[in-house]
Amino acid sequence: MNAMTSISKSGAGNSRKMLFAMVAIGLLCALLISLTYEGTLPIIETKQAEALQRAIFRVLPGTATTRAYRLLPGGRFEAAEGEAESGEVVYAGFDDKGELTGVAIEAGGQGYAGIIRILYGYDPAEEAVVGMYVLESKETPGLGDKIEKDPDFLANFEALDVSLTADGSALKNEVVPVKDGEKEHPWQVDGITGATISSRAIGNMLGKSTARWVPLIHEHRAVFEPKNEERK
Amino acid sequence: MLDRTLHISTSPHIRKGISTDTIMLHVVLALLPVAAFAVFSFGWNALLLLFTTTAACVLTEHLLCLWSGKTSTVSDWSAVITGLLLGLTLPPIFPLWMAFLGGVIALALGKFIFGGLGYNVFNPALVGRAVLQAAFPVAITTWFPAFAPDRFRSLSASTLAFPFAEPPQVDAVTGATPLSAFKFEQMGTETADLALGLISGSTGETCAILILLGGLYLAARKMMNWRIPLAVLGSAFLLSAVLHWFDPQGCPSPFFMLFSGGLMLGAVFMATDMVASPITPLGVVLYGALIGFLTVIIRVWGGLPEGVMYAILLANAVSPHIDNWIQPRVYGTAKTKSPV
Amino acid sequence: MSTPGGHKNGIVEGIGGPPSTDVFIKALWRDNPVFVQVLGMCPVLAVSNTAMNALAMGLATAFVLLMSNILVSALRNFIPRQVRIASYILIIATFVTITDYAIQAISVDLHKSLGAFISLIVVNCLILSRAEAFAAKNTIGRSILDALGMGAGFTFALLCLGAVREVLGSGSLFGLRLFPDSFQEWIVMILPAGGFFTLAGLLLLINALQKRKKSTA
Repeated sequence: MNAMTSISKSGAGNSRKMLFAMVAIGLLCALLISLTYEGTLPIIETKQAEALQRAIFRVLPGTATTRAYRLLPGGRFEAAEGEAESGEVVYAGFDDKGELTGVAIEAGGQGYAGIIRILYGYDPAEEAVVGMYVLESKETPGLGDKIEKDPDFLANFEALDVSLTADGSALKNEVVPVKDGEKEHPWQVDGITGATISSRAIGNMLGKSTARWVPLIHEHRAVFEPKNEERK
Repeated sequence: MLDRTLHISTSPHIRKGISTDTIMLHVVLALLPVAAFAVFSFGWNALLLLFTTTAACVLTEHLLCLWSGKTSTVSDWSAVITGLLLGLTLPPIFPLWMAFLGGVIALALGKFIFGGLGYNVFNPALVGRAVLQAAFPVAITTWFPAFAPDRFRSLSASTLAFPFAEPPQVDAVTGATPLSAFKFEQMGTETADLALGLISGSTGETCAILILLGGLYLAARKMMNWRIPLAVLGSAFLLSAVLHWFDPQGCPSPFFMLFSGGLMLGAVFMATDMVASPITPLGVVLYGALIGFLTVIIRVWGGLPEGVMYAILLANAVSPHIDNWIQPRVYGTAKTKSPV
Repeated sequence: MSTPGGHKNGIVEGIGGPPSTDVFIKALWRDNPVFVQVLGMCPVLAVSNTAMNALAMGLATAFVLLMSNILVSALRNFIPRQVRIASYILIIATFVTITDYAIQAISVDLHKSLGAFISLIVVNCLILSRAEAFAAKNTIGRSILDALGMGAGFTFALLCLGAVREVLGSGSLFGLRLFPDSFQEWIVMILPAGGFFTLAGLLLLINALQKRKKSTA
């Protein structure tokens, strides 16, 4: 076999052969990988954009088109062109007449079995959260994953009050989780019996996220209005 | 079967000739008052549940013995104990088909697969309960209030759930256990209520006094190692006393800790499993203390309100190592690593 | 390393011989990577919670196995002995990366549910062991047959686990509901513990069958 012959050869020739073989294989592999990458990249990008768009349509009822906005340092928003490399991004949704349906915002926090990431829709006209969709969770199947399916729980987010104080600097009432069946005010999130930790986690991350984003978006809501911005 | 194996223990080596069967029978006797109280406080549901788990265990043991060509070991009462203990750790309105499945798993997976009585690494009843807990987390945390007025007139729809069907949602007001009330609602319960069993909980864990009496009976007859429950309860008391002193909000009082949930039942009847616990006196104390500490740690910092089951199973797993670790050195020999 | 007559030991193959269906059958069944060799347990336990995940994982592994076996066999006289493991890993990693992109392009959801386990195919000892023990010593034809057999055996085993776990744990198969809505799911089956239970049960079954076959023969 070649193993026997290569050992008997001189050291220098041997290592040159090894080097040559490794470089050749490396080049071959690099070629294969870059060909596949080039071939699949556009498909993957479209698929991922579609998945994101589906999520936005779910949290902002009546949306037909979406547009990404990046938060600039200093608290201003700017329409994100193409791929947003840095900074936090929110997504504005528009209905088929081009009217703003709301802004979709990502939030996350610690659940029972790991980080939960959600997307929720904020409607500035209604001053309310109008939808919530779980993007990623590792919660226990059958218990914690009720946060994705339980109709009573999801009903919390059809009209969750996030109205602002008169000067628009903060929420009148922060969103807070409460125990199942004890929701009295439109800014409370009813929990799920048997999934207390997971449902409280959603309530808490919404509370934190809305307290930060809603005043910001309200202040700069003109940016999102279609008439002030060239539509794509 | 047992007398063929080499009996390993520390001195004294001369003992009264109590057979395994006699000890097991007395354990059943000590469990009977607990089971009777369970039926008294939870009604026909509890009776059916205990009957189902016991029947499942006895039947499984018998069939597995037949299938593997051994003589049936049902008459040594150990399967009855496993069945009774399993039933006592389940909620009163636990669906019967799940209880039956639990009994089969306890016997087959917890005991038979290791070689039968005398070889089980874990307490079989707790193996059954652990699988049920992982498989049916909702049903196993659906509680039923104690002393419901119609407990001897009707059966819960949950108990009678059709095999492989989901139990129907019972009324949402069913009593939360003292432990979950404390964990999720920061509500305490009177110690007297806990000791007398006037509370909701698993079928047989509520009346702490009867469990203690059963334990005293077995200890007095020298059929149980009294050091184990003492070490479990003592360590749980100590740790929770310290934690309660630092943070009364986060950790309940030591008395609540001792008398709530399954700690008493676990300490007296399950941690004392003769096969799955260590054999040396010091090893036994370490083993018991480990259970007590783990229980308090899981209850205070864990996601679940109760942790006795996992504490005992974990301690079962390390008990051979405890024995190995503290094995006395033979006088005059060098320190060597002994095989497990 | 192979010894003369190592052919009979099963896992380590002798050199040469024409491509024959025996190579395929042996790889698929008698030396089944999961049930007999108990190789590649990480994906077997982790991504067999649904039949779909199991099938996708099995096919992805089979694809990597096939391609790496072909390339290793084709280059077997070119790769110096001293750097052969590094070369095999390079080749395997390449095809794993290609598979990763391909699955992403086929379905984002599938890619999400298989997660890191696609990249972890690279450390699946099944693939490296076939490269080292078989492809490096056999012709391309035989290596292809071996990879097809091993890949099919791996996929079959994963599918067995995935089907049992999905039927009991979710009451469905390939996402289709099998039972009425009132069916109680055995949640433990879709948790990692259920993977161990199912694998243990299947191994028990297969060992019992083989024992019976031996005693009757």
